[in-house]
Amino acid sequence: MAEEKELKPRAKEEAPAKAEHVRPGRVFLPAVDIFETPETLTLVADMPGVPSDKITVDVRDNHLIISGEIAPPLGDKENLLVHEYYTGDFYREFHLGATIDQSRIEATMKDGVLRLLLPKVEKAKPRKIEVKVA
Amino acid sequence: MPIVTFRDPYWEPFREMERLKRRMSHLFEESFGPGLAQWRGVYPLVNISEDQDNLYVRAELPGIKPEALEITVHEGNLILRGERRIPTEEKQVNYHRRERESGYFRRVIRLPMAVHPDQVEASYKNGILTIKMAKPEEAKPRQIQVQAV
Repeated sequence: MAEEKELKPRAKEEAPAKAEHVRPGRVFLPAVDIFETPETLTLVADMPGVPSDKITVDVRDNHLIISGEIAPPLGDKENLLVHEYYTGDFYREFHLGATIDQSRIEATMKDGVLRLLLPKVEKAKPRKIEVKVA
Repeated sequence: MPIVTFRDPYWEPFREMERLKRRMSHLFEESFGPGLAQWRGVYPLVNISEDQDNLYVRAELPGIKPEALEITVHEGNLILRGERRIPTEEKQVNYHRRERESGYFRRVIRLPMAVHPDQVEASYKNGILTIKMAKPEEAKPRQIQVQAV
């Protein structure tokens, strides 16, 4: 059960610039939870402001890249008066320990939270080997 | 202007340090202007903006149930309360990373102007909470015509 803890604001961490970004603006690292069961690897990432059609998930071999483009954070004729947090796109890369079955990846986006189900390829699953008695 | 006068018999180094620290932070704020004010922040951080008719307060609150939010406007203050819950996963999981946080929050935001308490709308989209408040007539900008005499 969730313990009663008061949330503290955290500064968003900027993604290290590996390549030139085409879109202007800052790019941040989303906060993630990653957990594993014998069959799947699940990744949950907070990407506030990103509509579900602006998420890109790229898996190549053991390399996973998630990125998301935010919708414009302000209306057309709005001026900022108080600026406490930066807005920008999200980008993060991971090295996966297990081989992922790319055809069965499932991604859902709800309320700014991306949930990725990455099923492991059969051979990566732990298997019990029976030792035959000769 | 000398910061420390060594001849002063009542010189208190710690107080002096404190004063220096205050001056430094003042200087920091002055040079970086009204940028981000995160170091004294309370969750959730907000961005406040305006257009001609409305005032907008926005906060990034990914994965929150709208019914877990309580929004009150009271005497020029906006009060945001709520809780972010992250459901625990089924038992047999191994966590590799746990960066997302759960907990409750309460924040009182002093609004830069008075608003109509009955003309407040809150919406939640893509994990961003937007509170739109109508400016009272007297706070709206008005163009003044110069009359040729």
